[in-house]
Amino acid sequence: MSPSISSLPLRLEGVSYAHNGHTLLHEISLTLAGDAATVVLGPNGAGKSLLLRLCHGLIPPSTGRILWAGDAAKQAMVFQRPVLLRRSVAANLSYPLRLLGLAREERERRVAEALAMAGLTPFADRYARSLSGGEQQRLALARAWVRQPEVLFLDEPTANLDPAATRQVEVIVKRFRDAGTKVVMTTHDLGQARRLAEKVLFLHRGRLLEQAPAECFFAGPATAEARAFVRGELLW
Amino acid sequence: MSEFTEALGHAARLLAAFDSGVWEIVLLSLQVSCLAVALAALCGFPLGAALALYVFPGRRAVVVLINALMGLPPVVVGLTVYLMLSRSGPLGDLGLLFTPAAMVIAQWVLVTPIITALTRQVIEDLWEEYEEELRSLGSTRAQAIGTLLWEGRYRLMTAVLAGFGRAVAEVGAVLIVGGNIAHATRVMTTAIALETAKGELALALGLGAVLVTLALLINAVAYLTRDLARA
Repeated sequence: MSPSISSLPLRLEGVSYAHNGHTLLHEISLTLAGDAATVVLGPNGAGKSLLLRLCHGLIPPSTGRILWAGDAAKQAMVFQRPVLLRRSVAANLSYPLRLLGLAREERERRVAEALAMAGLTPFADRYARSLSGGEQQRLALARAWVRQPEVLFLDEPTANLDPAATRQVEVIVKRFRDAGTKVVMTTHDLGQARRLAEKVLFLHRGRLLEQAPAECFFAGPATAEARAFVRGELLW
Repeated sequence: MSEFTEALGHAARLLAAFDSGVWEIVLLSLQVSCLAVALAALCGFPLGAALALYVFPGRRAVVVLINALMGLPPVVVGLTVYLMLSRSGPLGDLGLLFTPAAMVIAQWVLVTPIITALTRQVIEDLWEEYEEELRSLGSTRAQAIGTLLWEGRYRLMTAVLAGFGRAVAEVGAVLIVGGNIAHATRVMTTAIALETAKGELALALGLGAVLVTLALLINAVAYLTRDLARA
């Protein structure tokens, strides 16, 4: 999964986002590079999802610039509530490959591989919307996998799942990481952040207060807000 | 009252005996309306979906217009199509007036706005749910049209059935452009109107029973597809 021309680094320069006169993200500048898994932390309403949507290109920033070094198409996103198509599991996986214009053989090869990767092979012919919540989220991850993205954005992928399903999702996230995909994930679950993060971005009320290697962040956050958050005291 | 029950009994015998005159009329009705609805769906699906997905100046006005056209009076449509197809009309050379083709055209005009408007509503709702995901998967708006039409297939069936119900039950337009010619352009509704005027209640009632049964069937199917759409 490491094509010759990388789409990274992704640079945000003074990115702000305002809606209805409220500034929801303030002057965010950061660089996403390498393959270390980045976890965006912060309490509810900090702007974590918004930041991911901006990076992914779903919404334009009000001010500032978002710059990809290479091909911005080599990215995928998995949402908190994935929208699955009303077709079989396998058809959901081949859909994005059709959009890419891939030949049938290549589509089938990638679909089979993604099914196996996500442990969904027995469900290939099942109606996607009849899957359980955890299986649906794994299907959403497999649907990202078939596209072989260089960057994967994950927006609270386990917020609605039970502990067992959460673990399965985390295993798949690690597989992306091991395949060389840059994982950028939001969570408000500190335990999950400790398990997956190699780098941490800490957002609070629309401001990027810290960006640090995970071990530094968890050992000694630099700001009072982050310290309170890590102690479980900062709730909004 | 005895006249009515007598006619009803006669009607039942006509239907039970598969009277060729009756079934010729029923069959033509179905052929004309099915073809009209198929053509209307062919236009209305992509048109409605495009209206749902694309933003352009005057979009609101177009939506209001199409919604208003759902209630077009059939006689006015009949008159307009008549004028287009009559000898001196712009399409007079086609020689379609008083043929089943003319009736298909008239019903197509009636049904297309219905299917377009209902499709727009269905696709607009779906787009709200699917937009971010489809854009994330790399779909263009044009590609999303096909995807969403397929995703909304059960709900769109309801639109088609609504259009078919309108077409098959309508009398004004087909009467004007078809002329209610026996063995050529006589359909259930025009036959009922004519036979009632002649006092031949048996045939009118028999055809009426077929129409009502059809309406019931359509509604039953529409109800069942709504259940499928929720899955």
